[in-house]
Amino acid sequence: MKNKTSFLPKEGEAQPSRCPDNSAFKQQRLPAWKPQLTIASVLSCFFLTGAFCITVGVCLVLSANSVREIQIDYSDKCSDCSKLRENSSNWNKECQCSVNFTLKEGDIFMYYGLQNFYQNHRRYVMSRSDAQLLGRNVNRSYCAPFSTYRNGTPMAPCGAIANSIFNDTIDLFYNHNSSVIQVPLLKTGNSWWTDKNVKFRNPDSYNLSSAFAGTARPPYWQKAVYLLDEEDERNNGYVNDDFIIWMRVSAFATFRNLYRRLRRVRHFAEGLPAGNYTFHISYNFPVARFKGRKHVILSTVVWSGGSNPFLGIAYLVSGSAATLTGFVITGIHLKLRKKKTYFQKQ
Amino acid sequence: PCALPAAGRRPPHPPRLRRGESKTRLVRSSLLLPEAEPEKSKRTVLACNRLKTTKYTALSFLPKNLFEQFHRLANVYFVFIALLNFVPAVNAFQPELALAPVLFILAVTAIKDLWEDYSRYRSDQEINHMECLVYSRNEKKYISRYWKEVKVGDFVQLRCNEIIPADILLLSSSDPDGLCHIETANLDGETNLKQRQVVRRFLELDSEFDPLKFTSVIECEKPNNDLSRFRGYIIHKSGKKDGLFKENLLLRGCTIRNTEEVAGIVIYAGHETKALLNNNGPRYKRSKLERQMNADVLWCVLILLIMCLFSAIGHGLWVWQYGEKKKPIFDVPGPDGKYLSPVLASVYLFLTVIIVFQVLIPISLYVSIEIVKICQVYFIHQDKDLYDEETDSQLQCRALNITEDLGQVQFIFSDKTGTLTENKMVFRRCTVSGIEYSHDDNAKRLAMYQEPDSEEEEAAPKAGTLSQRDSICSHQSIKVIHRSQSTKTHRRTGSRAEAKRASILSKHTAFSSPMEKDITPDPRLLEKVNECAKHLEVMRSHEQPLSHLSPELCDVFDFFIALTICNTVVVTAPNQPRQKVRDRFELKSPVKTIEDFIRRFTPSRLTAGSNSSSSSSLATSKSMHRFGLSTLSSTSTDSTLLKLEEKLAYSAQMNNYGYSSQQGRTAVGGTPEEGELRYEAESPDEAALVYAARAYNCSLVGRLSDQVSVELPHLGTLSFEVLHTLGFDSIRKRMSVVVRHPLTDEINVYTKGADSVVMDLLLPCSSDDPRGKHQKKIRSKTQNYLNLYAVDGLRTLCIAKRVLSKEEYGCWLKTHLEAESSIENREELLFQSALRIEKNLHLLGATGIEDRLQDGVPETIASLRKAGLQIWVLTGDKQETAVNIAYACKLLDHDEEIITLNAESPETCAVLLEQCLQCVQSKFSNTIDGATGNMTVGFTPLYPPSSSVLSSLGLVIDGRTLAYALEPALEDKFLALAKRCRSVLCCRSTPLQKSMVVKLVRDKLKAMTLAIGDGANDVSMIQVADVGVGISGQEGMQAVMASDFAIPRFRHLEKLLLVHGHWCYSRLANMVLYFFYKNAMFVALLFWYQFYCGFSGSSMIDQWYLIFFNLFFSSLPQLITGVLDKDVPAEVLIAVPQLYKSGQNMEEYQPHMFWMNMIDAMYQSLVCFFIPYFTYYDSEVDIFSWGTPITTIALFTIILHLAIETKTWTFLHWSSCIFSIILFFFVALVYNASCPVCHPPSNPYWTMERLMGDPVFYFTCIISPVVALLPRFLYRTLQGTLFPTQLQLGRQLSKLSPETRTQLLTELNVKETIRQTQLLADSFSLSLGSNASHCYRAKNQSTPLPASPQTRESLFREHTKAEHKTDQTAAASPQGAVLYEENKLPSSAGSLERSVESLSVGTTLPWSSAVDQEDFSLLKWITSTPLFSHIGTVLQVSSRTCFAKVPSCGRQLPVEVPACSTSLLGPVSNCWDDFAGDFLVRSAGCI
Repeated sequence: MKNKTSFLPKEGEAQPSRCPDNSAFKQQRLPAWKPQLTIASVLSCFFLTGAFCITVGVCLVLSANSVREIQIDYSDKCSDCSKLRENSSNWNKECQCSVNFTLKEGDIFMYYGLQNFYQNHRRYVMSRSDAQLLGRNVNRSYCAPFSTYRNGTPMAPCGAIANSIFNDTIDLFYNHNSSVIQVPLLKTGNSWWTDKNVKFRNPDSYNLSSAFAGTARPPYWQKAVYLLDEEDERNNGYVNDDFIIWMRVSAFATFRNLYRRLRRVRHFAEGLPAGNYTFHISYNFPVARFKGRKHVILSTVVWSGGSNPFLGIAYLVSGSAATLTGFVITGIHLKLRKKKTYFQKQ
Repeated sequence: PCALPAAGRRPPHPPRLRRGESKTRLVRSSLLLPEAEPEKSKRTVLACNRLKTTKYTALSFLPKNLFEQFHRLANVYFVFIALLNFVPAVNAFQPELALAPVLFILAVTAIKDLWEDYSRYRSDQEINHMECLVYSRNEKKYISRYWKEVKVGDFVQLRCNEIIPADILLLSSSDPDGLCHIETANLDGETNLKQRQVVRRFLELDSEFDPLKFTSVIECEKPNNDLSRFRGYIIHKSGKKDGLFKENLLLRGCTIRNTEEVAGIVIYAGHETKALLNNNGPRYKRSKLERQMNADVLWCVLILLIMCLFSAIGHGLWVWQYGEKKKPIFDVPGPDGKYLSPVLASVYLFLTVIIVFQVLIPISLYVSIEIVKICQVYFIHQDKDLYDEETDSQLQCRALNITEDLGQVQFIFSDKTGTLTENKMVFRRCTVSGIEYSHDDNAKRLAMYQEPDSEEEEAAPKAGTLSQRDSICSHQSIKVIHRSQSTKTHRRTGSRAEAKRASILSKHTAFSSPMEKDITPDPRLLEKVNECAKHLEVMRSHEQPLSHLSPELCDVFDFFIALTICNTVVVTAPNQPRQKVRDRFELKSPVKTIEDFIRRFTPSRLTAGSNSSSSSSLATSKSMHRFGLSTLSSTSTDSTLLKLEEKLAYSAQMNNYGYSSQQGRTAVGGTPEEGELRYEAESPDEAALVYAARAYNCSLVGRLSDQVSVELPHLGTLSFEVLHTLGFDSIRKRMSVVVRHPLTDEINVYTKGADSVVMDLLLPCSSDDPRGKHQKKIRSKTQNYLNLYAVDGLRTLCIAKRVLSKEEYGCWLKTHLEAESSIENREELLFQSALRIEKNLHLLGATGIEDRLQDGVPETIASLRKAGLQIWVLTGDKQETAVNIAYACKLLDHDEEIITLNAESPETCAVLLEQCLQCVQSKFSNTIDGATGNMTVGFTPLYPPSSSVLSSLGLVIDGRTLAYALEPALEDKFLALAKRCRSVLCCRSTPLQKSMVVKLVRDKLKAMTLAIGDGANDVSMIQVADVGVGISGQEGMQAVMASDFAIPRFRHLEKLLLVHGHWCYSRLANMVLYFFYKNAMFVALLFWYQFYCGFSGSSMIDQWYLIFFNLFFSSLPQLITGVLDKDVPAEVLIAVPQLYKSGQNMEEYQPHMFWMNMIDAMYQSLVCFFIPYFTYYDSEVDIFSWGTPITTIALFTIILHLAIETKTWTFLHWSSCIFSIILFFFVALVYNASCPVCHPPSNPYWTMERLMGDPVFYFTCIISPVVALLPRFLYRTLQGTLFPTQLQLGRQLSKLSPETRTQLLTELNVKETIRQTQLLADSFSLSLGSNASHCYRAKNQSTPLPASPQTRESLFREHTKAEHKTDQTAAASPQGAVLYEENKLPSSAGSLERSVESLSVGTTLPWSSAVDQEDFSLLKWITSTPLFSHIGTVLQVSSRTCFAKVPSCGRQLPVEVPACSTSLLGPVSNCWDDFAGDFLVRSAGCI
């Protein structure tokens, strides 16, 4: 396109014709589908969408309705503890409280729920060290200021997420014929398999306490990381299920995390029987400071998720909207066809 | 040691010369021993011949390229954002990752630059390593060297057909006259040969030129880019100075022709050569769309800032609500353990969210647009319809970044000669001594040339497959060969490529096509010539004086001699250096001295017949009277039986004379060449005249600098001794040769020039004397014919002769020689000298040369006009010619009223403009009412009614008036008037005026302008216009060099604008809008999230997705759509030019569309955000498990949105969309499985894998895009059905089968024409009278409908009030009336037939003759044409069966139509409904 062409000898070599190729691509004549967005051509589209959405919606609503769930807010019921926890100097004082409730049918999954806890805060989300959780030594991380103490002792685990771990202990008791039976709950197997086995790993050592030697627990913690589950050695350190679940930061400020699963033995082989239950809660996690709420949720789970009926309703609404629109434009179409204003082969 | 320019860009005035030498350059021989040369250091600073156009070196590439890229503000912005990430307090992403997209963009651009630079380097290398012969001091001979080694001061030897490596001063030539021919086609595209001359003193050298003996010093100008100027001196050792002129300089890049060997010294080398200084790279223009887009980018910036500010304030409040003490545990303190104050936190957050939201300013937008434009340019290049098989050239895009401007052009400024016309001069008719020879057979022959052309064009685009294409191409090439006939028969080897090349070659070196060459002589004139020649032969053999010849025959003879020799045509035999066969005269060169003159012109030779000038004024021939009566125009139509018989007789004769003699000529002439002689002329009309003379057996067979050989029948070869040639210049407007007649030995001056000047230079003749009377008669007759020629659009030239006595000549010679030898103001003196000899001329005759219209020009203009383009023609030609060409190419219509502005002074010009304006306005105020009445009928009154009546006005203005009108005081009025005219014709305008007009329209009307031209005089106009188009035609390459687009023919403009322009515009507009939508939609998702994360700037979408979303996942489909989408197919765009208006009105990308898209983006993002939000509300979902579905949804929505907007789906569209989605899933799966700790701070390990096992994910991903896109889909559907735009209707049209479509369009068109007649009758005649001007009414010249005057009368009665005034002025202007009478006479005879013709044409070719109306939305046609359906029913039958009846039906029209339209003004819609139904029923029946 520049000067050069003008100097090239033109007569020396044989000059092929400059006539461009007559290929469909170069002449922009590729076979093409040319849809026309007119009422006639899209009518079926609306009805099909509508039918599909309504069908799916019905299924989803039905399945969501089959979920049985009970949610108990215990942040007010344990007001004494709540007040106690407001003052962080009382961190080591134990505070127990009990919540009684009546359950109609059996539920299997036990969640704790938090409201107004901004786990999705940008700096909070970043304040972790995945390398450390894999059992590696870390020099550089986003954990500050929760990475080391003033004296240089590194925190294990570091970061704000780990530091603010939900540390209430909730036990469920079944009041069966005036006797109180502790409901057997599973502490493990609640987290993602990949998290437990790939993302989290304790530092290599002959035992856990030596692995975490030279580190200190985060400032808000009452126990060291290798003492998280005193009953189960394999559920300790970074691979503790409660810890792993907590470290998976939630998308919203109101969220729930899976806490325990029902262990189906004896009375509870068919799920939780109807009757009176009591939660024994060791109240540690302060929420009043940020106007938060704490719940315990007992719920079942179906293929379509939890008890949230929204998706089903959304499908139903949009399905009916699409169908309605379909009818309306059919009307328009029928009216217009009498006095066609556009070219059409007849 | 070679000074190379710094950056590839050559400064126009190289600063490399020493300060002391600021004005001139000294060049010495490089062969002088270096020691002997005191200024060795100076030598090194002159540029050597190495060409270096590259910008970078290996080392400087990176810094320099980066530096250049950072000139783009957007790049700086993105780098700034990326660097912000490195600040810990505000960082949002992994800093290295954030740099990636910027680096990617920079790298893509850098690679592109590198590639361009490398290809430049390659071509430089190629040129640098071409070889030439350079004299070596050591070996004492010319040895082969590379071009790059040539230095200033070197001696270079060149052989025939070699390319000149540098600017070389010609010192020796193998030609005995020291001449050398060069072809400058590479430089300026001019295909004729130019003569160069050896420096005078070296010409006189006795021995061979020896570089070693060259000791002179050359002092010349600094390097400059003026190709037509070179001044300097050569200072010999003796101290003598010789002037150097451009005739002595061989320019780099030209080719040596016809000369075996030349040698010279290098004056300018490398980048200082004129060729390279003239070479400016491609230009960069910013397109209109891009300007608009930039404005919207600024809006995006504003939106971004608002969003960031909102977030920052929100975050400040959020932090503040928790108070100082009660910090929640999720509010992480800074690294130092301290919490930020709300204010500081919000400041940091502001910066953070700028990073997070940066996607709103589309980083890839600029890169994408560049890629799309390059692809668009590629496709325009590849279009076969823009390829001209005759010249083997295709369209060239020289500006890469204004393709979409082609779709928005509003004004076209066109040159006439060479642009609308072919610039192929064809001899049409002539008049000799008052007798007109109409050359009917010649006209018929020319008409023949049209037909095969059109057949070919129809065949070409239908070629569907590859195999077909081959056959067609070869078929065409054979045709080319066939047409250019025998010129290169010996070159034909049978192979296609070879044949094609031969045709190109022949095209390359000569102007003439067979059309120009094979002129059929007029039998009567041929007879006269033969008679004359016979007489002469007899006279010569009997030693009789020539004065015995009758004056008419004498004139005829002289006329042809003048045609043959009064020019600068060079004769060559094809493909071999010119053989200098010369009958050696005793003299060598033109008369140089008085002594020479005396020596040569011995009295004995001057005695005979010195009185021949008087002999011409003898009795007139009787035939003259008879012939003078018949008019030109009537000849063709009313041919009688008698004439036919005559013609038959003549044609037999013609065969004898014309063709047999052609064969005979080569034999008789005894010239050594085989095949035909070729004439190479400086201008095509010269060649045309020589060919014309040859047709009369008076052929030029050789031209040397001092001698012209003419071959005549019976007489054999006559050699005229050329004493002087006074070249053509634009002030004198004529050229002359001074020759000595070989038969009479008289000194004759033959002058050829524009009629206006030559007629004034004639010998005054007294009216008493019968001879004088006769002369006078001849002159007035000739003048009459000249006028008629001009009316026919022919170029006229007068041929005159003067016989000089020896004394007169001697006297003149003295002063002329003085002038020639003077150095100071040679040009001026030579001019004066020419004036002295060109006077008292005897008129021989005049010629009419047709500058033929290019193929398809009227059709192109008609369809461009229908496309809403205003076409202005700016030409240097005279008014009459220009107006007639304008009629010929349908620029002006015969039913159009023409305002002619010819003013003598600024004052009259002002008055005139004022009057015209008032007149026009009063007219418009009336018609607008009618128009708006019609307007309400249609659905879409898109266009202002003022544009509706433009159809009926044309403006013609001449150069002088234009100069006044362009003055600041009047320009507004001029524009106001011109704006209302459908076409404007500026005659006699200078290049500067052309550019001023363009600039005026561009700046004042804020309109998009396109200038098209082919010659150097159009360059300024082309540069000023928004889009400059050059025609790579005959007049050189300057226009092409200055243009943005170069097309081979004018007709290609139609497809370039209507199809490619429209496509490029609509594609790019849609892409830009989509880009804004896409980014806004994506960013808004993040913004909504801020409400749920305490405005902390966190994003649920993983940083990888966020950063690469634009770059990889969503970019390909939109690029494909931007390159390949076709909203309306090409056939429809061509068939319905009105669709082009969408581009002019910026319908695809209007300011509100940006906001509509933004709002839609907001809605869609809300849907895409909240459906997943509520679905996952109060669940255990983690941030990335929730963000990934959102990303997926966004991708689906964005691609489906594009799918709604895409109009044409090829497999590329499909695959790109599918590819994008697959790519996203693939990347997500791989990325999520890659490693758990690699991408801090985000950690989406196994998220995608887990999601894909979750049905909720799929359900969310299905419902969200559906809900998000439902409104847009519904809107598009409803809009496409209820209020379709013209484009949508056009698309519907394309669904019909071609036959149905044509039929439908024809149907509409017939009605259109009928409606036209009504409107014609409805429109008022406008006439302006004033002393200074005459406004003649074109309408009256030939009205298509004979009935219309009456109908108009009847209408006048209704509108008497408005009309009374103007009507009176019309009657009061006698001039107008006279003109009306005059013009009507010749054309009235054919007017009826013509009108019928035009109607029938209109029905067969869709919409070709229908003139633009209000607006042409398709909808409108249907809605408004039914207005006439009542009449239509009557008319349809008649118009179909017999078109001749239509005019008579037209009479009924005005009666019925107004009634209908008045009723329409009331309850319009009802009326319309009925008609619409009515129409459809009928059109359906037709189908």
